[in-house]
Amino acid sequence: MKERVRLMNYQQYLLPVLLLPLACFLLLGLFGKKHLKNASGVIGTASMFAVTIISVLVAGRYFFADGKVDGVYQHLIAYKYNWLAFSPTLSIDMGAIVDPISMMMIVVVSFISLMVHIFSLGYMKGEERFTTYYAYLSLFTFSMLGLVLSSNIFQMYIFWELVGVSSFLLIGFYYNKPSAVVASKKAFMVTRFADFGFLIGILVLSFYGGTLDFNALIQRLTAPQSGEFVSITTASFLGISMLTWGLCLVFVGGAGKSAMFPLHIWLPDAMEGPTPVSALIHAATMVVAGVYLVARLFPVFAIDVPALQIVTWVGAISALVAAIIACTQTDIKRVLAYSTMSQIGYMMFALGISRYGGENGLGYTASLFHLFTHAFFKSLLFLGAGVIIHFVHSNDLKDMGGLRKLMPVTHIAFLVACLAIAGVPPFAGFFSKEEILTASFHSNKIIYAIALFTAVLTAFYMFRLYFSIFWRKEATVHGTHNADGTASMKIPLIVLMICSVGAGLVPITKMVTSDGVPLETHMDVLFSLVPIVLVLFAIFFAARMYKKENGSAGKMAVAFGSFYKAATKKFYVDEIYLFITRKVIFNLIGRPAAWIDRNIIDAFVNGVAATTARISGLIKGLQSGKVQTYALYFFSGIAGLAVLFIYLWK
Amino acid sequence: MSTVPLTHILFVSTALFFIGMYGLFTRRNMITMLMSVELILNSVNINFVAFNKYLYPQKADGIFFTIFIITIAAAEAAVAIAIIINLYRTHKSIDVDDATELKW
Amino acid sequence: MNLTLLIIVPFLTAIAVLFCKGLKQVRTVSLAGAAVQLALVVFLLIAYWQQHTSGGSQFLFESNVMWFKPLNINYHVGIDGISLAMITLTALVVLAGTLVSWSTEKLSKEFFFLLALLSMGAYGFFISLDLFTMFFFLEVAVVPKFLLIGIWGSGKKEYSAMKLALMLMAGSALVFVGLAGIYFQANSFDVIQIAGMHIPLSVQKTFFPFAFIGFGIFTALFPFHTWVPDGHSSAPTAASMFLAGISMKLGGYGCLRVATYLMPDAAHSYAWIIILLATIAIIYGAFATMMQTDLKYINAYSSVSHCGFVLLGIGMLTKTSVNGAVLQMVSHGLMTALFFAAIGMIYSRTHTRQIAQLGGLLKVTPFISTVFTIAGLCSLGLPGFSGFVAEMTVFMGSWQNPDAWYRFATILACASIVVTAVYILRATGRSIMGPLNASYNQLTDASWNEKLAAGVLITGIVIMGVAPFLITKLIAPSTDVIMNKVLTMVK
Repeated sequence: MKERVRLMNYQQYLLPVLLLPLACFLLLGLFGKKHLKNASGVIGTASMFAVTIISVLVAGRYFFADGKVDGVYQHLIAYKYNWLAFSPTLSIDMGAIVDPISMMMIVVVSFISLMVHIFSLGYMKGEERFTTYYAYLSLFTFSMLGLVLSSNIFQMYIFWELVGVSSFLLIGFYYNKPSAVVASKKAFMVTRFADFGFLIGILVLSFYGGTLDFNALIQRLTAPQSGEFVSITTASFLGISMLTWGLCLVFVGGAGKSAMFPLHIWLPDAMEGPTPVSALIHAATMVVAGVYLVARLFPVFAIDVPALQIVTWVGAISALVAAIIACTQTDIKRVLAYSTMSQIGYMMFALGISRYGGENGLGYTASLFHLFTHAFFKSLLFLGAGVIIHFVHSNDLKDMGGLRKLMPVTHIAFLVACLAIAGVPPFAGFFSKEEILTASFHSNKIIYAIALFTAVLTAFYMFRLYFSIFWRKEATVHGTHNADGTASMKIPLIVLMICSVGAGLVPITKMVTSDGVPLETHMDVLFSLVPIVLVLFAIFFAARMYKKENGSAGKMAVAFGSFYKAATKKFYVDEIYLFITRKVIFNLIGRPAAWIDRNIIDAFVNGVAATTARISGLIKGLQSGKVQTYALYFFSGIAGLAVLFIYLWK
Repeated sequence: MSTVPLTHILFVSTALFFIGMYGLFTRRNMITMLMSVELILNSVNINFVAFNKYLYPQKADGIFFTIFIITIAAAEAAVAIAIIINLYRTHKSIDVDDATELKW
Repeated sequence: MNLTLLIIVPFLTAIAVLFCKGLKQVRTVSLAGAAVQLALVVFLLIAYWQQHTSGGSQFLFESNVMWFKPLNINYHVGIDGISLAMITLTALVVLAGTLVSWSTEKLSKEFFFLLALLSMGAYGFFISLDLFTMFFFLEVAVVPKFLLIGIWGSGKKEYSAMKLALMLMAGSALVFVGLAGIYFQANSFDVIQIAGMHIPLSVQKTFFPFAFIGFGIFTALFPFHTWVPDGHSSAPTAASMFLAGISMKLGGYGCLRVATYLMPDAAHSYAWIIILLATIAIIYGAFATMMQTDLKYINAYSSVSHCGFVLLGIGMLTKTSVNGAVLQMVSHGLMTALFFAAIGMIYSRTHTRQIAQLGGLLKVTPFISTVFTIAGLCSLGLPGFSGFVAEMTVFMGSWQNPDAWYRFATILACASIVVTAVYILRATGRSIMGPLNASYNQLTDASWNEKLAAGVLITGIVIMGVAPFLITKLIAPSTDVIMNKVLTMVK
């Protein structure tokens, strides 16, 4: 009875969390343009504010008041409505799951979204499609909250697609710009391709699991005695069990959304969207959906080691490759995009090396901890970059330099964020990275090496960015004294700055664990000394190279030779994709299909018609128009019939 | 009453039929062709009457049909001549070879 | 409620149109007719719902009148959930189609007359429970299409009209052979009676292909689909909408109601061919679409691909997949009608349908561009719109068929969602987004009638996409009856 009361309360809170942004989207989308032109930003922000408050309250209540039963965090279902029944057992239910990760995520999503809403009030001011922008933001927030609250794998797929489309709409927000259009299409198509894997994965898992419900699915597929588990592990295709297939296919979807190598190509291009959007969607929330997905199905992943290994290696390679590329890019947003990809790779392999329960589950906790802290400092970096771009009117590093005096607030905020992402104590990133390193050290030394190297590279390229923007040379642009932007732009920066310092102190390890049991972590000073020293060294190195223009960066580039060039060109992954799509698919499948249709199938139809016409051409001469000829046919016919009837019809 | 054998009458009607056919095929003048058609019809009429008289004298079907055909022939002549007149108005000719528009 | 009203109303509309003078009267009468039809259908939905929930037989509102005694032909009508869904679709498309042809100056009287006639044929087809009546209405629906394309079309309209009419007539001929085959076995044209009998397997095997391919031609069965691109692209907007929205559904409905329902054993033995052809149509149609440059061709080829899902769903023969097939028919009808409406609106303003010549229309015609984008997003299966619900049900249902090769077909069909995204985004990106072509600066946005037309269709799409439980509750019990018969017949 007590249980029921508690659930009803969650429903009461979580429904508004979802419905407020949706209502806001409908209101602004349908009536905004005519009637709410100027108020739309305020409406959107106000509703987001309410959502954030509720989310924080709900999450606080879950974590600190009634989420635990006997010291274990529970998976509760706040509500569940049957939405579409495929068959008696398989149905899409619209529900809300209440568990540590979903609660953590709604806080992150609504909070970052609120910050972006506020920031955009200043940043997007005067845009022609201001209302539409806020409508799209609301749509995205609704979809993302729906995604993290999903209690049903198909429900998640639905919101998964919806965040994809809101991302598409926002990347292509400047629809007049051909590059933005191309980028938005690319983002949608690549993630769609990944979603195809996700869909097949859902089909596989649901067929053997006999359900689409997350809780039931996890329960059945992790119980070694259950019939579902036996059937999915014994069934195999190409020698690989269906469980591994299903999980890997689901992971393909996650990898696409989270821009994992080699499906990452859309993320750098997605920076064509307005910068606050990049902060919200392509840094803090949507791109971590893949991590969230794996975390959501983690108990199942944990019993299937091959699938986890794929997750590990994809994550590790992405982290490393992205970090290398980030060192060579000159577009400020692209550097941040690759750094996002690198950090998500971090979270991914942290999940991959983790196992279920207890100390072994440290990787899981660390991954989500990193997700949590990363959201703050990465969105801060993007918003800071937004202020800079707003001021300089360029994305390119060479147009910047010496901005520290012109924009003090942004400068400090950016510095804090850089320290946080580099993992310098006591900033937020240090704590989460530290745990990932610990977890990887205990499970796989190669991964540990990659992680460490990536961390060093991260520090290097972030400070390369920092010094290039704020130091290097005297400011070439002498704008107004208001370089930091309006108050609505400063406030989010300051709030996020505080979070970037403080987020590491949030006891995520006690709240978000693989099995719901709080985890006791202890800091090993000696162990953490190694990364700190390396990171500081990298920062020092970056300062030497980029604080003043001294040509050492150029020398470095020459020293690395063709490797440097390949990294600048993003290792030619885009070119490979272009080759496959343009040359192979278009020319070998698309064009032939269109050609066959016109020249073989349709030609056959036309051929039938032409043959009929030709035959009729042969015999039409019989109808000459001459009455006497007709009469002749007639009489010969009669005569023929007469002969037939009289002599032959006996 | 001395009777003419049936074969004689049939001979006449056959001759008449082929004369009509010959006219129908060789003449190009539509009026003449129409007349030839009338000849053919009349040869049929003769046959009907003759068969009725010689084979089923107690019945009147043949005669009945003959009268029917005469009526039809009259109507037909009227229609045909109307067509011919119209053709003449448009084509200035009643030569059947000039009226061959009605083909494929 | 008397179902015959559904035939009488369009018929009276057609007659009344003939007595009108001038475009204004004609379109007012047509609109009134379409509105009455929609009202009737709404009423019917409510009545059906009430009677159905209170129990009742497979078909409701039946009436049965002897039509031609010697051949045992009856005028037998009645509806179940499937036909009701189709009728609703028809009413919506008819209303929208009437609204978008609001300013048809050329021979307006004849135009609206033919539209009304076409809708009469469609309604009659969907409510018929007698194979002969069904066939009769099928033919009624074919002939107006020929005239609509031939007279009011664009491009190589005579060619297209002829091609469409001949291919559909060939389809009808095959259908008739199939129907005759059933008739001479069962000695009845009555669907309910025949469903209760068992037709010998050899007869089924002989006549199933005729009926299925015949109806299949209507619904763009590969490789008999080539009338679709030509016909749709030459047809005037409203005719394209009717053609893709309603008339292609006649085929899908026939495949299910006549071929599969009445000859279930043959459906099982030929399932692999159906699935093969449907899969080819889905993938190949999608790739062929990718290469098109004309908006109408894009939508026409994508119809081939999307109708492939209908046939795939039917071929897979599971309850879920057949449900999905019906959902896909409704969804595709609404979506493609909306798409053609949007294309028509663009074409009437820019006088081109080549995507290379368009661009940036969102700036000058935001409403039309939004409609176009919504249609596109529905087509690529975005959740919240009807396409997603239908396609996912088909996929889910197809996957329930455990045969490995059918699984492979399902995966291929799923892959089409990627290709669909490619061509839809390509079309949207080139025509709606991008820099504005300077010559289009003065374009005006949609007028009230166009807005209303789009609104009607979007409402349908969104209701189905947001609350699919409404329509599955309508359809599922009826497909269950059909599938129970089909599945129990398997030896």
